[in-house]
Amino acid sequence: MAERTAIIGSRVGLHARPAAIFAEAAGELPVEVTIALEGEPAEDALDASSILSLMGLGAEYGTKVVLRAEGEGAEASLEQLVTLLEIDHDSE
Amino acid sequence: MSTHSVEKFSGVGVSAGRVIGTVRRMPDPISAPADGAPFAPGASVESETARLAEATAAVAAQLKERAVHATGDAQAVLKATALMASDRSLLKSATKLVASGTCAESALWEAADAVATQLAALGGYMAERAGDVLDVRARIVAQLRGVPAPGIPDSDEPFVLVAVDLAPADTATLDPAKVLALVTSDGGPQSHTAIIARSLGLPAIVAASETTALHDADRVYVDGIDGLVVRNPTEVEVAIARTYANREQLPNFDGSGVLADGHRVPLLANVGSGEDAQAAAAAGAEGVGLLRTEFCFLGREKEPSHEEQVAAYGAVFAAFARQKVVVRTLDAGADKPLPFLTDASEPNPALGVRGYRTDTTSPGVLARQLTAISEAAAAHQAEVWTMAPMISTPAEAQDFAALVAEAELPTAGVMIEVPSAALLAERILERCDFVSIGTNDLTQYTMAADRQLGSLAELNDPWQPAVLHMVAATCAGAQGAGAKPVGVCGEAAADPALAVVLVGLGVSTLSMNKRALAPVAAVLRTVDLAAAQDLARLALRAASAEEARALVRAQLPELDRFGL
Repeated sequence: MAERTAIIGSRVGLHARPAAIFAEAAGELPVEVTIALEGEPAEDALDASSILSLMGLGAEYGTKVVLRAEGEGAEASLEQLVTLLEIDHDSE
Repeated sequence: MSTHSVEKFSGVGVSAGRVIGTVRRMPDPISAPADGAPFAPGASVESETARLAEATAAVAAQLKERAVHATGDAQAVLKATALMASDRSLLKSATKLVASGTCAESALWEAADAVATQLAALGGYMAERAGDVLDVRARIVAQLRGVPAPGIPDSDEPFVLVAVDLAPADTATLDPAKVLALVTSDGGPQSHTAIIARSLGLPAIVAASETTALHDADRVYVDGIDGLVVRNPTEVEVAIARTYANREQLPNFDGSGVLADGHRVPLLANVGSGEDAQAAAAAGAEGVGLLRTEFCFLGREKEPSHEEQVAAYGAVFAAFARQKVVVRTLDAGADKPLPFLTDASEPNPALGVRGYRTDTTSPGVLARQLTAISEAAAAHQAEVWTMAPMISTPAEAQDFAALVAEAELPTAGVMIEVPSAALLAERILERCDFVSIGTNDLTQYTMAADRQLGSLAELNDPWQPAVLHMVAATCAGAQGAGAKPVGVCGEAAADPALAVVLVGLGVSTLSMNKRALAPVAAVLRTVDLAAAQDLARLALRAASAEEARALVRAQLPELDRFGL
């Protein structure tokens, strides 16, 4: 099981637009990725490709989240997603 | 039914234009399926699950397709809603309900409801996204039922959009290239529909209650000037529409509002962001008569930071170096609630703690805003004036002016929206430097008529002689206090005929949507001050809004030349 912690870099939190960008990217990966707030049990983690789950997470700017994935390409996939989470999309 | 007979429907024309087109009705809202309704006869868990998967995929594909043709914010919203439609966790929870015997419609409805409730509980911006989830839910259920999707119809041909009323969410997706005109059976002249129609330059009629009888594919003539819809128009209407289409093009606004005799009436713009301000400056606006600072605050859980505010106001000031920018301090409450300032449980928010009044319940927010305005003003060359909304008494004006002075801002004023302030304008202007009349609220409060109610549209008309008397009283007070400036920044200033009356009443500047600058300037140029004063007297003597409008318009032949 690969696991990475990321800090939300979007000033507005993991809201619609950043969540859409992230969910779309997570959906295109070869592995299933879950997301949870830091400190929450792994079994409560949510589907990272679900925009509704991401929004329901209520992750604000600066919140730490944990990404988990299993199988081939898991490490590389998580690396890619962490980068996405840490950018401030609204400053583009 | 009446395939060929001519039928007329009257309403309130709120945006000029005369066109002929084909009706497309806003689909009815999707009704909720029964809670936990069972499968239809013959359906199985497998067939219902498949139906659910097909419907969500189809809606996601439609939204994605629309996203391709959209741009900017609309595209981002459509992309996000497409993802919501095909969301795996939503489909999973709906499928679970189907497995327990609930039909696809009810299952999806319930599953989406849980998501929306969760988002609503997060508050603020996320709570607003709950509306997007409910919109997606309605689309999927419409797909399952085989009925048209809610929202503005999609059509390759431009059409006349007929609705009960339009919500802000509907108008956000309105494509002005596809819509010829707007007709609503509900809604008033200050409704969202009216405001959006004017800003897009689309002919529009509201409060035309009988138009509920119009159907898809009906051919209609829409006259946004006279407030008339004609089903099955004859050659007469066809000719009128043609004449309108061939009207003399308005000259572009040259950046100087002036009457025929050279009397100056600076024409300013109402703006709500730095981007808006740039567009207004490009359209020739001589400054900003109303900067709505709510754009910084709306959709916020917390007060925006000092730095954020300074940057946001500065972006507007930058567009108008050495020109006037009138900043209205935060106007929260009533139709613009803010979680950290206003009490949503008030029984009558329009008469509640709103505008300047929030300074008594949440002191500090206003002072901090003034500090931010002052810092932004110091960094730019715009001539910054600051005013407070919803002032009722001279004492409030005095207190506000003191706060403005404390923030080291040079010029303090107040809005005249409440009849008490119009009547005591002289006492108010002894305590501050200028006033600006907000005709939308002044009309609502003078006529005691909710501006959102279509059934009160006739009362909610700035041509109401009582409202014009309030403007006259304000101008008289301003003269008494040493000829201090009176601006108008409500929708009334954007009506070219009414603009003439306002100038005749003694208003010194007019502020409007940038689209109205050219028509207002063109008509002002055709009258001198004495003629404007005569027209103002005529309007003041009228017994109704209709009479005032008709008397004044009859004296302004230029309106027809430009099709206004």
